[in-house]
Amino acid sequence: MKLLDSDLWEEIFDSLRKNRTRTFLTAFGIFWGVFMLILLMGGGKGLETMLGENFAGAASNSGFMISNTTSESYKGFRSGRNWDLELDDVARIRNCVPEICVVTPTISRWGARALANDKSCGVSLVGHYADYVKVDNPKIKSGRAVTDADGMQHRKVCVIGKRVAEELFPGMENPCGQFLRIDSINYCVIGVSGKGAGGINIGGNPETTVYLPYETMRQMYNRGNEVDLLALVAKDEYPMSEVQYKVEALLKRVHMIHPKDTQALIKVNTEAIFSMIDSLFTGVSILVWMIGLGTLLAGSIGVSNIMVVTVKERTTEIGIRRAIGATPKDILTMVMSESIVLTLIAGMSGITLAVLILQAIENVTHADYPTAQYQISFGVAIGASLMLTVLGILAGLAPAIRAMRIKPVDAMREE
Amino acid sequence: MIHLTNIHKTYQGAQPLHVLKGIDLHIGKGEFVAIMGASGSGKSTLLNILGILDDYDEGEYRLDGTLIRKLSETRAADYRNRMIGFIFQSFNLISFKDALENVALPLFYQGVSRKKRNQMAMEYLEKVGLREWAHHLPNELSGGQKQRVAIARALITQPRIILADEPTGALDSKTSLEVMQLLRKLHDQGMTIVVVTHESGVAYQAEKIVHIKDGQIERIEVNDGSKDSPFGMNGVMK
Repeated sequence: MKLLDSDLWEEIFDSLRKNRTRTFLTAFGIFWGVFMLILLMGGGKGLETMLGENFAGAASNSGFMISNTTSESYKGFRSGRNWDLELDDVARIRNCVPEICVVTPTISRWGARALANDKSCGVSLVGHYADYVKVDNPKIKSGRAVTDADGMQHRKVCVIGKRVAEELFPGMENPCGQFLRIDSINYCVIGVSGKGAGGINIGGNPETTVYLPYETMRQMYNRGNEVDLLALVAKDEYPMSEVQYKVEALLKRVHMIHPKDTQALIKVNTEAIFSMIDSLFTGVSILVWMIGLGTLLAGSIGVSNIMVVTVKERTTEIGIRRAIGATPKDILTMVMSESIVLTLIAGMSGITLAVLILQAIENVTHADYPTAQYQISFGVAIGASLMLTVLGILAGLAPAIRAMRIKPVDAMREE
Repeated sequence: MIHLTNIHKTYQGAQPLHVLKGIDLHIGKGEFVAIMGASGSGKSTLLNILGILDDYDEGEYRLDGTLIRKLSETRAADYRNRMIGFIFQSFNLISFKDALENVALPLFYQGVSRKKRNQMAMEYLEKVGLREWAHHLPNELSGGQKQRVAIARALITQPRIILADEPTGALDSKTSLEVMQLLRKLHDQGMTIVVVTHESGVAYQAEKIVHIKDGQIERIEVNDGSKDSPFGMNGVMK
């Protein structure tokens, strides 16, 4: 068949090459459309992965509970009563709510000052068990995390946030083994947390937090049984927003709180936050697609438009071709192939340029956000090319049909 | 070769225009016929019908024994390609293709390979004396050269007939003479040629002159002393 004939292709490239301005103008619309679409898609994805990096470390199906004064009187207790979560609640939740896979308590102290040599730094303290990392991973940069053994032996060790490390031990590559003093107690630094500010922070900015073993902190600050915050992670198949109600009901029953009391227990649910962010990004990507496709559509309408004008301009040429023996199908093939080839070449250049620019952006942001991904996937590129072919066919259709209807006599008459 | 029997053609429009009112014309193989008439006489319409560029309403047209009537576009294109060579007043070369590519184009639509058709195109260009101009674009050629390229293009498919529509209309008298001499040479080689013109100098190069008036054949003149016509003697035609 003629379609596979190299002659046809030479014929197409010939007429594209020999009408450069026309070719360029036609191609530019498509080029720009694809370029914008790919760039926007890559940018959206990059933004998403960049933000995702900020949230990394926080379990996505987790929740936190903090006690607060009651607002309802219940079973003889007055309203406005102070109560505390307690260590026994951990075991209660573990036993009674099987949907929960991690429940771990923390205690904290705000506004402490850490001192080392002649330096000082405002910090907040968090005492936690080893399984706390499953809820909020401190992303240890050097050294190690706090273990349960540290707590059992009441070791005075700590993991410090990266700002704390910079302020107290400036210029020191690895401050592990150094000592710092908080509230007149010396702690040995065993690790540095790499978690950055921004994203989801529990118990203060992780960069200025000092993490201690729970038991150590409990003893040092005479905290007894009370717990400041309960961190929970639900099993993947149960959304935290539902499991939370079971936990809440249990805690309220144990602590004699009115079941309808909305103030007594503060609940934070990352699942809800994450799903909000998710839907935000869905919105962003819908917008990106709309803008991109709109631009592309405008581009292909431009191609179609210019092709129609071109066909009109080429009426004589087409008439001559028809007079010397081109069938309507030959003309149809000619115009359609030109349109498709033009669209594809323009589109491919658009994809190529966009990919290069995205790669450049990725390289620039790599230092701060090593996992941020701006580059589009190969599948997306292939999909875009297929879409271009379809657009090329659609754009060529109207002008091609118009060209096919040109009768040789009409062409001669235009002279 | 060409048999026209009672051909009628009416252009439909706000006011239907009856252009051809029963044309009977027979042109034998190897004849050189000129069709003459004032503008509006229907001579171009007749040529369009002869060239299968236009259809007719009534009558019968046989080209080399084949009935030409209400053909599909594809069939018409095929017949035009294989049986008819066109020469136009305005040359109708494709402006962005050089002389060689223009000559080779009809063979492209026959599916002849590039190498073969370029080789043949070169042969035909040589026949019209334009070998050195093969790679020039039409706008780099003079009017006479363009028309010679067009003649080469008309000949390359080895058609049964050559149809020329005012072949010298856009040329000066000297180049007109060259073009007509070329057509005469083809005639001498046995080609059937039909020329439409309103210039008597051109017409009297032919053996037979068909005068058309108001859509009918007025008279057919046999030009015995064509070689002695004023045109042939001193090259003055206009």
